[in-house]
Amino acid sequence: MPLLQVENIHTYYGNIHALKGLSLHIEQGEIVTLIGGNGAGKTTTLRTISGLLKPREGSITYDGKDLLKYPAHEVVYKGISMVPEGRGIFARLTVTENLEMGSYSRNDKNEIQRNMDRAFTLFPRLKERRTQLAGTLSGGEQQMVAMGRALMASPRVLLLDEPSMGLAPVLVELIFDTIQQINKEGVTILLVEQNALMALSIANRGYVLQTGEIVLTDKAEKLKNDPTVQKAYLGIE
Amino acid sequence: MKKENFLLSATKTGLVGGAIAIFLCLIGMVEIFNKRDVIQGIVTLGQFVWLATAVGAGYTASQQTSHLLNGKKPAQNLTAGALAGFFSAALTAFLVWLGSQTDLRAIFINASPALYELLTFGKGLAGLPQLLIIGIISGIVGATFTLLPKAVQRPLLHALMMLIFMALFSGIFRVVMINQGNKWETLAKSIFSQTGLTQLGGWIFILGTIAISVFWSNRGEAVKASMARMPSKGKLSLRILVFLIIAVIALGLPQVSGPFIAQVIVIISLYILMGLGLNITLGFAGLLDLGFVAFFAVGAYTVGLLTSYGPFGLQHISFWVAVPIAVLVSMAFGAFLGLPVLGVRGDYLAIATLGFGEIIRLLAGSDFLAGYFGGPQGVIGIQKPCLGVLEPFIKLDTPRICDGIEIGQGAADHFLAGPGGIYYLAIISALLIAFVAWRLRESRLGRAWMAIREDEDVAEALGVNLIQTKLLAYILGAAFAGLGGAIFSVLIGSIFASSMQLLVSINVVALLVVGGMGSIPGVIVGAIALIGLPELLREVSEFRYLIYGTVLIVMMLAKPEGLWPSQATKRELHHETSAQGGD
Repeated sequence: MPLLQVENIHTYYGNIHALKGLSLHIEQGEIVTLIGGNGAGKTTTLRTISGLLKPREGSITYDGKDLLKYPAHEVVYKGISMVPEGRGIFARLTVTENLEMGSYSRNDKNEIQRNMDRAFTLFPRLKERRTQLAGTLSGGEQQMVAMGRALMASPRVLLLDEPSMGLAPVLVELIFDTIQQINKEGVTILLVEQNALMALSIANRGYVLQTGEIVLTDKAEKLKNDPTVQKAYLGIE
Repeated sequence: MKKENFLLSATKTGLVGGAIAIFLCLIGMVEIFNKRDVIQGIVTLGQFVWLATAVGAGYTASQQTSHLLNGKKPAQNLTAGALAGFFSAALTAFLVWLGSQTDLRAIFINASPALYELLTFGKGLAGLPQLLIIGIISGIVGATFTLLPKAVQRPLLHALMMLIFMALFSGIFRVVMINQGNKWETLAKSIFSQTGLTQLGGWIFILGTIAISVFWSNRGEAVKASMARMPSKGKLSLRILVFLIIAVIALGLPQVSGPFIAQVIVIISLYILMGLGLNITLGFAGLLDLGFVAFFAVGAYTVGLLTSYGPFGLQHISFWVAVPIAVLVSMAFGAFLGLPVLGVRGDYLAIATLGFGEIIRLLAGSDFLAGYFGGPQGVIGIQKPCLGVLEPFIKLDTPRICDGIEIGQGAADHFLAGPGGIYYLAIISALLIAFVAWRLRESRLGRAWMAIREDEDVAEALGVNLIQTKLLAYILGAAFAGLGGAIFSVLIGSIFASSMQLLVSINVVALLVVGGMGSIPGVIVGAIALIGLPELLREVSEFRYLIYGTVLIVMMLAKPEGLWPSQATKRELHHETSAQGGD
């Protein structure tokens, strides 16, 4: 049984039908990527899973439980953490305070300390800058803060929304290496990306999303070699 | 590009200075300030204001000249200053001439004969040459100032500021000193005149300030260095000493200063309470509330209705019992406001809360509810609290004994009857609430508020219950303001819906902005600057909002983070990007 099962969800923004019966599943320990163009519904999918948007139809099952009956602020308590699009760091709080906010859903002091140490081990740069206001950091460092903050909640599933957005290639490499490392530590990952090539090269499986529907799904390797995917998302003619 | 001719630039500056002078004349500032002396028999505040424009024009013109000519050239600088001073005065002279030809009062009420008399030294148009000469001299004085070395400029500037400060507050100092008995009275009368400083007083403050300023610029660094070298134990005891001195002053102040100053401090404290409340909703949680006075009104009316012996008093319970009830009722209103506006953000929230504040005020003052709240007549006969006993939670009948004195006989006699006693109540409440606000800020709840302020969605995704957290911000903010209202009602002894103006809410927002958003010491500094100073300067109160507006604009340009900003805002606005920490 998959860890996270999304079944036939329909999400709307007012009258705009953003997700039209989307289904996907993620197994424990996998890296699954969701690729697609602008406006395909990638971010909407993540926001629906994390409870910020409620679908009108469909079901989301997590670890055998119906996830839709929990309000957004309780989803994180179940073990699903999100790194939001555009990073969403708290600009006027320090790096440490941002990380501490990440552990808002945790009570165990030792656990919080362990997570803090883990964040600083994953991102040594953050340790150097921990007293700095997060808003004054570079884009790459802000992405590190956002990821470190999400990990502070000891998640089983990490939802990443375009972690490579606006970053220099060398930083993209670093972020993707770190995603793999986080995954090796046992965290299941759902990765939304426009940078399809990078995403498919670290993922186990992938879904191709187009105007609110899954149009293709396969092993990441196979998607990478699929002619339509190559043409549409990888820039290969 | 060819640089502008310095004479042309000086002329322009002079005309700007003159325009300001005319403006100050026509709004009546020069004339009204003329009733106050800076130094008796030498210069009045009105003259001073006018001179300041000419001196300022000379100063600015000289600065520009140095800039245009790439350096200080005394002859040109002084010429520019004189020219600017001349044109500055010339515009005023033109105003006087125009006034002698036509009656300007039809449009400008303040263009009165008294103003002309003042500007022409009582000589009619024959006084105008004298005015121009004074303008030129002022311009030269301003220009000379720029030529002086920094070491001379600073003490002079300090002395000038001290002089203005002392002159403005001379009335208060005088009264306070005269209250202290004979010796002080003689001293007060020799330094302060009825309307300003005496000549002796003026010299004392000018020379004294210069002496201190010179000493400090020569020895200040050494003093600071020796303080820094002090062992930590010494620093601690120094801090305790300073704290003790402040505490002693605070405790003894109302006895020394008399009721007026005590009342001003009470009002400052009430604004501090409201400021701390709004600091939670706006400063911490980022929820703009333009109707904050509503909670103040709820607190005031609750205590009023529960303790009043007037026609609308529901109960005659003890103040000490009424206060917690008032705070609870305010909290309920906080939730009542919070619930419908939970989903409203930003500008819309400001408008919604603005409406709420007005609704409360209009309801309280309406004829419809006049049977409960007294309508425009308000609730009167609110009993002053007694300190001695916590009276029982029952209807107390008159005559009532309070601290051993029968109320209604010598009502002003018992301790908490006047501003001098309420002072302690207000100060202690403000300190207590400041402490609570500080602890809240460092708490889990405080962090959640700040996360909401920064990004609601992310905060929610991290596990912050938005509904609960936002409601708590409204409720706690309301509680603080309600406590302020409760104290206000016993300070004044009566409450009227007309005291709950929108302006109060605006003042609270402004004091947060001036003090520094989200900063607790900032609230205190902001309340003193925006509420305390205008209260003390009642004589110039006609121009209160002119000065107020100018100060706000200047603040936003020069010091947008506020007078005492929180660490975060300070760093944000000064783009501190250097890496630090790593200890």
